[in-house]
Amino acid sequence: MEKDQLTEFFRNRFPDAVIEQGNQYLTIKTDAAAMHPIAAVLKSDKELQFDYLFNLTGIDWSDRFSVVYHLESTVFGHEVVLKADILNREKPSVATVSDLWRTAEFHEREVYDLLGIEFVDHPDLRRLFLEDGAGFPLRKDFKDEINLIER
Amino acid sequence: MKEVELNEIIASKEDGKYIINIGPQHPSTHGVLRFVVSLKGETLEYLIPHCGYIHRGIEKMCENLTYPQIIHLTDRMDYLSAHMNNEAVSLCVENALGIEVPERVKVIRTILSELQRIASHQLWWAAFGMDIGGLTCFFYGLRDREKVLDIFEESFGSRLLHSFICPGGLMQDIHPDFQKRVKEFIAYFRKKLPEYDQLLTGNVIFEQRTKGLGILTKAEAIDYGVTGPSGRASGFSCDIRKKHPYSAYDRVEFREILANEGDTYSRYKVRIEEMWESMNIIEQLIDQIPEGSFTAPMKAIIKVPEGEYTQRVETARGELAVYLVSTGDKNPYRMRFRTPNFSNLFVMNHLSAGAKIADLIAISGSLDLVIPDIDR
Amino acid sequence: MSFIYDFSSATQAIDQWLKANLSPTGAFVAELALVGLTILLAYAVIGLYLVYAERKVCAFMQNRVGPNRVGKWGLLQTMADLIKLLMKELIPIRKSDKLLFNVAPYLVIIASFLGIAAIPFAKGLHAIDFNIGVFYIMAVSSIGVIGILLAGWSSNSKYSLIGAMRSGAQVVSYELSVGLALLSVVIFSGSMQLSTIVESQANGWWILKGHLPAMISFVIFLIASTAEINRGPFDLAEAESELTAGFHTEYSGIRFAFFFLAEYMNMFIVAAMAATVFLGGWMPFHLGNLEAFNRVMDFIPPVVWFFGKTIFIIYLIMWFKWTFPRLRIDQLLTLEWKYLLPLNLLNTVVIAFLVLMGWYFK
Repeated sequence: MEKDQLTEFFRNRFPDAVIEQGNQYLTIKTDAAAMHPIAAVLKSDKELQFDYLFNLTGIDWSDRFSVVYHLESTVFGHEVVLKADILNREKPSVATVSDLWRTAEFHEREVYDLLGIEFVDHPDLRRLFLEDGAGFPLRKDFKDEINLIER
Repeated sequence: MKEVELNEIIASKEDGKYIINIGPQHPSTHGVLRFVVSLKGETLEYLIPHCGYIHRGIEKMCENLTYPQIIHLTDRMDYLSAHMNNEAVSLCVENALGIEVPERVKVIRTILSELQRIASHQLWWAAFGMDIGGLTCFFYGLRDREKVLDIFEESFGSRLLHSFICPGGLMQDIHPDFQKRVKEFIAYFRKKLPEYDQLLTGNVIFEQRTKGLGILTKAEAIDYGVTGPSGRASGFSCDIRKKHPYSAYDRVEFREILANEGDTYSRYKVRIEEMWESMNIIEQLIDQIPEGSFTAPMKAIIKVPEGEYTQRVETARGELAVYLVSTGDKNPYRMRFRTPNFSNLFVMNHLSAGAKIADLIAISGSLDLVIPDIDR
Repeated sequence: MSFIYDFSSATQAIDQWLKANLSPTGAFVAELALVGLTILLAYAVIGLYLVYAERKVCAFMQNRVGPNRVGKWGLLQTMADLIKLLMKELIPIRKSDKLLFNVAPYLVIIASFLGIAAIPFAKGLHAIDFNIGVFYIMAVSSIGVIGILLAGWSSNSKYSLIGAMRSGAQVVSYELSVGLALLSVVIFSGSMQLSTIVESQANGWWILKGHLPAMISFVIFLIASTAEINRGPFDLAEAESELTAGFHTEYSGIRFAFFFLAEYMNMFIVAAMAATVFLGGWMPFHLGNLEAFNRVMDFIPPVVWFFGKTIFIIYLIMWFKWTFPRLRIDQLLTLEWKYLLPLNLLNTVVIAFLVLMGWYFK
């Protein structure tokens, strides 16, 4: 589908989400709680078939976290960016999408490792790189007086 | 498989089962990667990859560095596709700024990327041969890779970590002999590449070791996000050069190499074919390098306008996606690298279940893992 | 200079001189010491230069130069390596079985040392000429695998153990094929004595006289013995890309050197056996009734013939190693039990039938 059609489709299908025309990709902004049902539709809908998750990013916006999913359909070739905002900074959590895309399992482990976002129902949520590390280094308030030089 | 379950198996001491560590210091992990492998006899039951031994926090470092500085970090991710990594960040920044680079730069970037791809595949072939047990392959591969590195050295003064492609264009102009040397290399390598086939491809032992081993179907490849030659060997058409052409890829003709079997042998064949295809691309472009400046005029301090930018390029191992979040500062707010090896690594457990130890080495060799690219 | 064609006159002269000057016991002890020393010296020199040859051949196959700094053309390189290994620290392994760990390399090297004693280097240049020489070599060469198994077990390392178990399975399997391949020539020549086997090839080598069956035997012997001595493409016991160094992962210094040297000497023994049994040993190449040609061939000393043939076979074995990728353990055992062994058994029956009917060149 073309971008306009996709926008129309999303507006009808996900009335609660915010659909934006980004500078490159169509973006669906949503709340963390509503993210998984949308992702499931994106993956399984016959006309969408976003079967390839090519990037999963966690961002610390200081007041909130967001998890960004870059999706592509290998069947139709269209792309979409799904963004989930997590407002709870104390105990950030979002549903896992590893049941939809296997590759997410490991990307989510990385995000958990570096940002401390918990992925609910993740099959194996352990630290990935910093197995004996403390703290979550990609958070903006992370402090490491010994190893990190601030400019 | 969770750590807890692993400990339970060790504690229960089930008959004939044992756990060994392959890595972090092991000749066939090509770096500091560790597989915890549960074996029954010689047969593999499951495998847990442990990474992070060379996690340098490149994404965190990027948040404190300017864009020209970031280029030097990207070299050190996938050190065998340094040009492509540089190109990814450069293209991302250029797109964000809306800069159109000169034609000369586009063509040179494409040639360099393809040369780098050839060099990378040569090293892969060398190391894969060694993993399978044919030690001579290693020297044949390195002999020819040396010629590419010589060309690189002449033009940029470095052989491995070039940092040659930068936002706006190139660090400096190419060497006057560059075209001649590249043409010589192509002529030389067209003669030498059949030797690779003679030494390994048709060998009975090699075919027995690799055919039908570690089969990855197309659906699984997409699900696991396995890209690059490994994904294409499963029939997953994932070549970014075709899907979203960048630099000069829209004006050259080349085939996207696809295979359907998805086994170790087809991953091998796809890479060999890609070397031929890369040579075709270089030959189409080497005489077409337009005159002009080697860089677009850039400000001294690059400030990317606020927003989010994504750039995908095809490295020698698969898709590298750069996701840049900027707040309009001279540093990125968040820089994310979706590296090909990261996704490719985690398919190991799926591929190697039920295989032998020797198969595990062959499979990990055929995925062509570069460890710093996983850890970043 | 006639003694270089027949060493028996020289050895007999030494024997008589000793007996004339010493008591019978003294002469016996002196002879033992002399033979022992000679073999030890030959062993060390051959072993070291095989390592050198391997490195040069491997370099030749891989577009390299190989060792070229110590001595002329790097001839003293392996000597220097040996000295280095002698001076290296023997790293003790915690929780290893100390006794077995220390005994294992000696067992391996003793096995190869015993093997070399029965090889006829030239006419009369023979430490022991058993009437069951073939059987003896088969028997002593199997002792080595015990050393390998002990090394793998006592190291208390999983990599070592996997390597040792692989080696055990491999050597036990391929011993059968080696034995049957040698048996074919024993059937042809009607003797197990190595000197008789060599003498029986005075008018032509068994590989030529025995038609196709002998050639099949030769090829099987080459494959099976390469596997038996754990060399590439059958080097699964070491398999450095899988098991780092297999059964000798934990060994260091001179103990490692023993394993290393024993491997090369085993290769020499195997090549010497192939040369002796199939290619006529020290016997010159003779062609039927071409008298002039045979005389020219006779002029070349037997030692040269023997070493020439052995080096040719060693080169073949090295060639295999540096061109072929390694097999997997199940493929290795499949090759032996499903292909080589049935073929070999059939071949032996065919040879027995040929000999019974007299259908071979006598």
